[in-house]
Amino acid sequence: MKYVLLFCGTADDVRRYEQMSDAERGAQLARVGAWFADGRIRGGQRLAPGSTATTVRFGADGDPLVTDGPFIEGNEDIGGWAIIEVADLDEALHMAKAWPARGVVEVRPVQED
Amino acid sequence: MRLLGDFDVAEEIVQDTLLMALERWRQGGIPERPGAWLATAARRRAIDRLRRDARFRRKLALLKAEPATGADEPDDRLRLIFTCCHPSLSPRAQVVLTLRAVCGFTTAEIAGAFLLSEAAVSQQVHRARCKIVQAGVPYRVPAPDEMAERLDRVLTVLYLMFNEGYLSSGPAEPTRRDLAEDAAWLAALVVRLLPVEPEALGLLALMRLHLARAAARFDAGGELVLLADQDRSRWDREAIADAILLVERAGAMRRPGPYQLQAAIAACHAEAPSWGATDWPQIMVLYDMLLRFNRSPVVRLNRAVALRWVGGPEAALAEVEALARELDGYHIFHATRAELLLGLGRREQARAAELRALGLTVNRAERSLLERRLAGRFSPDAGG
Repeated sequence: MKYVLLFCGTADDVRRYEQMSDAERGAQLARVGAWFADGRIRGGQRLAPGSTATTVRFGADGDPLVTDGPFIEGNEDIGGWAIIEVADLDEALHMAKAWPARGVVEVRPVQED
Repeated sequence: MRLLGDFDVAEEIVQDTLLMALERWRQGGIPERPGAWLATAARRRAIDRLRRDARFRRKLALLKAEPATGADEPDDRLRLIFTCCHPSLSPRAQVVLTLRAVCGFTTAEIAGAFLLSEAAVSQQVHRARCKIVQAGVPYRVPAPDEMAERLDRVLTVLYLMFNEGYLSSGPAEPTRRDLAEDAAWLAALVVRLLPVEPEALGLLALMRLHLARAAARFDAGGELVLLADQDRSRWDREAIADAILLVERAGAMRRPGPYQLQAAIAACHAEAPSWGATDWPQIMVLYDMLLRFNRSPVVRLNRAVALRWVGGPEAALAEVEALARELDGYHIFHATRAELLLGLGRREQARAAELRALGLTVNRAERSLLERRLAGRFSPDAGG
């Protein structure tokens, strides 16, 4: 089965990352790189911060409204994603639990028709 | 060799229905086809009949004496239990699905047990099944490195089921022995299939220690009797001795845990010839160990009850008062406070606490007990 892993972080997670020394940040990025080296990963990317996002929202009348910021309101922000191909949810959860950066990981199956 | 005829039959029916159902859910054909579901319902009725059969109950008792069997044990039920108790399902859905799929409860019975509408239960079962299929929840016993965490989930579900059966939180039935016995039956099954998991043994022992004393919990008039006032001659001494052997077997594995400790505490009570002769210092030691695993305010409240008999009501009350913020909505907190205040001669405060407890109690038997206590203790002629 294919699953998308959405990596989210809170403002605290972002602050923690920003306050790391260069060496700490390098080590963290190396761990993330090693995580992505897994053969079950079919794709994925890190996203620029939520402050760079622009949202297009369709109103009840169907007209698109363009606003500043990510569509998720609140403290959490999507920082990246990966698509993995594994046997079942347990295997997907196992990979998610090994995610080296902190924060929140949402594991969602890809709808296959 | 077929050791337990009826049990085997029932077991086969359960497995059959469940395996089929799960397979079907997994293949995406969610139960919308009435023909298949009529067949399932018919099987479920057969299970109900078997399980409510007195003869079957006796065989269950026999089963309790059976030593753990080894490799030839089919683990389908175990896989099923682990699937129903998968952490990707909500805790309530785990309980509901286990009752439905493993115990063969009907939607109506589950609705009755949890004060939900049948529609709500059906929807919860349906949603859980869809999640299992669509999210790819595997149908298997977890790998060794995940076993501890996953088994903990299963035991939590069984514990919730047992508690709900042992003293319902609802207003109608004060106890639902069927639910409690089914939880114990499932715990025995888990122990049989995973014989070297001490916490599973601990939970089974805990349930059996409670069930062994269940007959004394209600008097001839159907009124709830607290442990201190129970007629201990009505306790099932043989069942208690058997359960204590389970506690010891678990202890010998040298991996202590919260269920084993709770069972050990229950064993102290079960072995005591009277309330006054209870080994309170030992119980205090066990509570202190339990706190290392579970710092919940309810555990601390229970510890305070034991502390009363070791350190006196004043020390116990101080501990209880420290929990006021967290447990203000819990009737037992106020009832315990009332007891301690009364022990200190603070009658007006005790009465207020007792009234507060009554105001928070839904269970009929518990309400009745509190009402009797209020009338007996605080009526004008009750004296001081």
